[in-house]
Amino acid sequence: MNPVIEFKKVNKSFGKTEVLHDINLTIGKKEVVVVVGPSGSGKSTMLRCINGLEMITSGELIVNDICLPRQKRQIREIRKEVGMVFQLFYLFPHMTARENIAFGPKKVRGASKAEANDLAEDLLKKVGLSDRGDFYPSALSGGQQQRVAIARAMSVKPKIMLFDEPTSALDPELREEVLNVMTAVAREGITMVVVTHEMSFASKAGSRLLFMDEGRIAEDGDPEILLKSPSTERLKDFLQHVGY
Amino acid sequence: MGFEFKYIVESIPSLLAGAKLTWYITILGIVGGLALGTVAGLFRLAGTSAVGGESHGIFRIVSYVGQKFAVGYIELIRGTPIIVQAMFIYFALPMLIEVAFGVKGIRFNALTAAVITIILNAGAYMAEIVRGSVQSVNKGLVEAGMAMGISRLQLISSIIAPIAFKRAIPPLGNQFIISLKDTSLFIVIGVGELTRQGQEIMASNFRALEIWSAVAVCYLIMTSVLALSLKFIEKRMKTV
Ligand SMILES: Nc1ncnc2c1ncn2[C@@H]1O[C@H](COP(=O)(O)OP(=O)(O)OP(=O)(O)O)[C@@H](O)[C@H]1O
Ligand SMILES: [Mg+2]
Repeated sequence: MNPVIEFKKVNKSFGKTEVLHDINLTIGKKEVVVVVGPSGSGKSTMLRCINGLEMITSGELIVNDICLPRQKRQIREIRKEVGMVFQLFYLFPHMTARENIAFGPKKVRGASKAEANDLAEDLLKKVGLSDRGDFYPSALSGGQQQRVAIARAMSVKPKIMLFDEPTSALDPELREEVLNVMTAVAREGITMVVVTHEMSFASKAGSRLLFMDEGRIAEDGDPEILLKSPSTERLKDFLQHVGY
Repeated sequence: MGFEFKYIVESIPSLLAGAKLTWYITILGIVGGLALGTVAGLFRLAGTSAVGGESHGIFRIVSYVGQKFAVGYIELIRGTPIIVQAMFIYFALPMLIEVAFGVKGIRFNALTAAVITIILNAGAYMAEIVRGSVQSVNKGLVEAGMAMGISRLQLISSIIAPIAFKRAIPPLGNQFIISLKDTSLFIVIGVGELTRQGQEIMASNFRALEIWSAVAVCYLIMTSVLALSLKFIEKRMKTV
């Protein structure tokens, strides 16, 4: 199996606080890795290290054959292959939904305006928003914004997609539409790393479950098995806490 | 001795000539100041997360040096009165050039000195406006842009600038008006702008009430034009 993401003894500190301790993790092609864990356990930080929004403090992190921090000047090459979806969407407010999606192909892949717009149209359809292309983000619901954000991240045909609590800012009735889109992305065979509290997504779409605790990967295994019979008290407590 | 309009009517040609010069200095000051202020404001932020974090190699050195220059320039201008700046550029700079480089006889005429002064002065304040508005752009939006793998220049021009510009319009408009009014201080280096024209007419006919009223109205008209054009631009940008 060809690893696309490889953490080797990775540590990450902010000043004196060490947030990730000695992370070793290999993620292969087409894996759908769901990351869970209590608040402050380092899930977001780990995700943000993968596309270099945070630089690791020590160890090695190899993403798509580029090794951080050694090759940090090539960070853009990593980012072009790694799409990211944020908890608060962060759609560009001065662009319509279509322009948000067409932006990446134009700027990153050198697509023509017509090509980029066609691609945006396809993606809008895929996320069920064909009729919202001309809307500015401020005129879209949270669920719609997040679906556009997923389309934007997919627009450059990345090899890896990162999701940081993509449904946490949404009302429960809007979560389903976003989770459905994510499940569809997973079926396309894109490598995914998903931080979420949605255990239903983990068991339905996940191929692997990581439980993070205090900056360490405390559990790593099959979602079905881990969720059905959590092997440690910590995980059991956590699952109870999130109401699973 | 009541308020006699005929003195105002008499003074109109000179006042118009002065107003024209005031307008000319102001427009050059605004355009030049905006360019200088944008560059200085962005360099002021070079290497910070507001503009995409640290750069590497030669760019790192450029941004470090640029930032020091920007800070020095902004503090120098903000810490000295504009009259002193005008005096320095008009009278002292030629001497400094002579002492430092041994080049004699370089001298700006008063108008050039005025334009340079207003550009340098407005540029420093606009740099702070640019800095503030760029820093006010949601960090998450900047990261969303960075995460797409676009270059720093694309990040600034396509994402940060359009969002920041909208927020900068009101304070920029304020600065435009301040700069316009500041041109009246160039009376001290003998530029024939509006205030100077008023002063000269006044000195010949001693009609202070009429002349200074007329001068004030001229300034009011010009500042209103500036304010209204900015309102117009702001309205047009509200669509997003
Ligand atoms: N930029 C930063 N500077 C300093 N400390 C930080 C920074 N970012 C994160 N931290 C700290 O790192 C730790 C891990 O944060 P992180 O955001 O990765 O946790 P998380 O597991 O994603 O939590 P949550 O579920 O609340 O999102 C926290 O203690 C946090 O305070
Ligand atoms: Mg988090």
